Amino acid sequence: MNGPVDKRVDGALSHIRICDFTGQLAGAGATRQLAILGAQVIRIEDPIAEGKWDILRGGGPNVDERRGPELGGAFNNHNVEKLGITLNTRLDKGKALLRRLIAISDVVSENFSGGVMARWGFSYEAMAAINPRVIYVSNSGFGGMGPYVKYKTWGPIVQAMGGLTANSGLPNQPPAGWGYSYMDHTGGYFMAMAILAALYYRNRHGVGQWVDMACTDAAAALNGPVMLDYTVNGRKLNRSGSPDTNHNDSPVMVPHNIYASQGEDNWVAIAARDNRDWLALCDVIGRAEWKADARFATPQLRKQHEAEIDAGVAQWTAQRTHREAMLTMQAAGVPAGMVQRPADRVENDENARAWGLWPEVTHPAMGRVKVDGMPIKLSETPGHISRGAPLLGQHNEQVYGELLGLSKDEIAALKQERVI
Amino acid sequence: MGAPQGTSLEAPLEGLRVLETGGELGAWCGKLLADMGATVVKVEPREGERSRGYEPFYEDQPHPDRSLFFWHYNTSKRGVTLDLQRPEGRALFRKLAAWAEVVIDSHPPGYLKDIGLGYEALCASHPELVMCGITPFGQEGPYRDWAMTDLTMMAFGGPAWSCGYDDHSLPPVRPGGNNGYETACHFAFIGIMAALLHRDQAGMGQYIDTNAHACQNVSTEAGSHHYLVAKQTVQRMTGRHAMVSYSPPQMLKCADGRYLSTGGPVRSPEQWQGMLALLDEAGVAGDLKNYASAPNRNAAVAGDKAQMEQLQKLAAAQEALAAKTSAYELFLKCQKINLQWGVIYYPEDVLTDPHFVARGFPVQVEHPELGKSFTYPGAPIRFTRTPWRIGRRAPLLGEDNAEVYRDFLGLDEGEYQSLIERKVV
Repeated sequence: MNGPVDKRVDGALSHIRICDFTGQLAGAGATRQLAILGAQVIRIEDPIAEGKWDILRGGGPNVDERRGPELGGAFNNHNVEKLGITLNTRLDKGKALLRRLIAISDVVSENFSGGVMARWGFSYEAMAAINPRVIYVSNSGFGGMGPYVKYKTWGPIVQAMGGLTANSGLPNQPPAGWGYSYMDHTGGYFMAMAILAALYYRNRHGVGQWVDMACTDAAAALNGPVMLDYTVNGRKLNRSGSPDTNHNDSPVMVPHNIYASQGEDNWVAIAARDNRDWLALCDVIGRAEWKADARFATPQLRKQHEAEIDAGVAQWTAQRTHREAMLTMQAAGVPAGMVQRPADRVENDENARAWGLWPEVTHPAMGRVKVDGMPIKLSETPGHISRGAPLLGQHNEQVYGELLGLSKDEIAALKQERVI
Repeated sequence: MGAPQGTSLEAPLEGLRVLETGGELGAWCGKLLADMGATVVKVEPREGERSRGYEPFYEDQPHPDRSLFFWHYNTSKRGVTLDLQRPEGRALFRKLAAWAEVVIDSHPPGYLKDIGLGYEALCASHPELVMCGITPFGQEGPYRDWAMTDLTMMAFGGPAWSCGYDDHSLPPVRPGGNNGYETACHFAFIGIMAALLHRDQAGMGQYIDTNAHACQNVSTEAGSHHYLVAKQTVQRMTGRHAMVSYSPPQMLKCADGRYLSTGGPVRSPEQWQGMLALLDEAGVAGDLKNYASAPNRNAAVAGDKAQMEQLQKLAAAQEALAAKTSAYELFLKCQKINLQWGVIYYPEDVLTDPHFVARGFPVQVEHPELGKSFTYPGAPIRFTRTPWRIGRRAPLLGEDNAEVYRDFLGLDEGEYQSLIERKVV
C-alpha cells in the first residue's frame, strides 16, 4: 500500500479525491475511469438499504450459483479500483461525517434523480460553504434544471429522447436503436470529462462549481451532421427510406453495408471510402468489368446503383466466412470488419490480446474476474486495474480511521448506531 | 438550485493551447476541447482536410467551406494550412508544437514519426508536452495498419452484434452518427485532461495512445461483461437491450406515427393503478381491471402461463391506447405515474422539445461568410460557473493562417509572405 488508504502515487490523478455517490453505469462508469487513472474514489453507500439503490449490486451476470449484493458481475466491472464505505445520510451524525469528507475532497459526484442531495441538506451552496474548491457533478437523464427534472429515465429513454434511437435502423423497419445502454457508458464518459475540465479550471482559479449534467443533452450532441442537415438544409431524418444507417450518406460511400457470410448469423461490414477502395474491391470480388463502368465512376453515381452493387458484394461474401472476407478485403486495403461476437472479442482478437484489453481483478467474494480494460495508454502514468469492486463498507476502517482520524472505538460506536 | 454567485463568462479550458492534426477520427476531441474554451489550431493540408468533402453540404453545393460534417466537428477551432511533405512545412509544424500544450494526432501510426515529427522528436525540447494519438487500433500491435471506417469499427469492435432486430435474417445494425469515432474521442479527452492535471503536479507531459477498437470493445455494456463474467452471449432484439434470454417488445407505435420506448415495466401498485386509469380513460382496459396487481414480466418469460396471459393482455391494451394517443402526450401521462417511458425523437424533433429549449440546447452560430446564422446542437454538459459555448463557426480553409503564424508564432510579415509564395501554407 502506498501512503494513507492505499493512495496510488503513480497515477495521473493520484492527487485527486472523489466523494462518490454514483451508481449503475451512467455514474459509476465515470468515476471508474478516474479511479483507474489513480484518483482516490470513495464510494459511499447506504448501510440501511445495503447499497441496493444500485440495482447492479445484486444483479447478474454472476460467476457461479451464488447470489447477493456482494456478487453482482456488472457492479464489479463498473467499480474496480474504488474504495467502499457505508454512511447513513439520514442521521445527523452521518451528515456530520459527510461534511468532514466533503471538506477534504476535490469532487462530489452523484447520479441520483434531480434534487436528492439538496433534500439531504447538501445543495451545491451548502457544499461550497464547507469547501469552496469542491466540484459537484450531478448527472441524471434530464438534469437538475428544466421541465422534466422529476421524470424518471434509464439508458434507453435517454437514447430515445436524445434522438439516437431513431437514428439507427433499416428502411421500412421500426427503429433498431441501441441494443444496450450506450448512453450509460457515454454519459459516464461525459461525466468524467466534466469532472476533469472543472478540476482544470479550479486549479487555475481556485473555485469549484456545480456541473449539472443531463445525459439526454449529451446524447443529442452526438447527432451533429444529421441535425445540421435539418436546421441548415431543412432535410429531416424522418423521411421515406430513412434512416438507413448501414448505408452512408455523410460522406457518400458505396458499397457500405453489413453483408451475410457463411454460417449462422455471421456478418461482415465492408466500406469503400473512395475510388481507390472501389477499384481494389472490384478486383477482390471478381468484378473487374465494374472498374470501367461509367455508371459506377464516382461514389455519388454508385449511390444510384447501390442495390446492384450490394448484391454483387453480398454474392461474394456469401461464399466465404466473415473472417476470410475481412482478411481478404484488408489485404487489398479496403476497410472491412467482421461482426465479432463477444467470444470473438474476448478470446480471439489479436489486437485486444496484444493490448491487454481484458484484465483480471481480484474481488473479495467473487475471486478472479475479467473486466473491461482501459482503451488508452498513458506512457508515464498508466494506472491500475487490479482491485475488484469494494464490498459494502469494506474500507470503513481505513477511510474513517486513517483519513478522518476516528478511533477504533468511535468507528465501532458508529456501526452500532447504524451510522455506517 | 440556481447558478452559483459570481458566474464568470470564462469557459473551463480558457487559455489551453491545443494543436490538432490528422483526419476525422480526432476532430470530435478537438471540438470538445475548443467548445470548452481551449484555443485549438487545426492543421490541414493545403487542399484541406478530407472531411471538407463530406456530404451533406450547405444548399447541397459541394465546396470545402460548405460541408456540414466539417462545420459540426470543427466549431470553435482555428484553421491553418501547412504542407507537411516539405521541410519548411515540418519546421513550421515544430514551432506549432512548441507553442502547444497538447497535440492531437489522428494520422495513421508512424506517419508523423516517419517525417521527424513524432512524440520523441517534439518532446525533446518540450517535456511538458501532452501528445495524444487516436488511431483505429493504437500505435502498435496487430491490425495497426488496417483501414477502418466508423462502420467497420463498430462491427469489429462489438456494438453492431448487439444492435438490430428480432428477425436475425436482417443484418445487425450500425447506429448512425459516427459514434465509433466519438467514443474514441471521449477516451482521448479523458486521457488528455488527466495528463494535463498530472503535468500541473509533476511538470512532465506524456504520450497517450488511444485505441479506437479497444474503446468500442469496452463500451458494449452486457455484450462484454456477460461473456467476461459468465461466458454468456447476448442476442440482438428490436429496439431494446440485447440479452442472453428473450425479453418482450418495448416499443409502441403511437397515433402520430412516432414510437415510444417503454422499457421501464409497470410494476408497483401505483404504476398499475395509474396504467389501468389511462387504459380505462381510453376505453381499452377490458378485463385488466380484474387483476389486482401488475404482471410479473420475469415470471411470465420464465413460463408462468397466468402471468404471460396478463402480460399479453396488457401489451394489447397498451397498443390500443398508443393508437389513440400521440407519443408526446403518452410520455407525459406515463411519467406522471412514474413510468420510465420516453418518445423516440428524430434528431430534428429534439430542438423544439421543452427540455432542450429550457436548457438552451439549440444555439445560434453566425456564419459571416454567408451573412447568416444557423441553429447548432449546443452544450452536452452544463457548467454553471464556466459556460460551454461555441466560440465561432468552423474555420474556412486556411482562414487563420495570418493570426496563427504571425501572432501566435511571432513570424514577421516577410517570413509569412514567403511561406505563402512558396506554397508552404
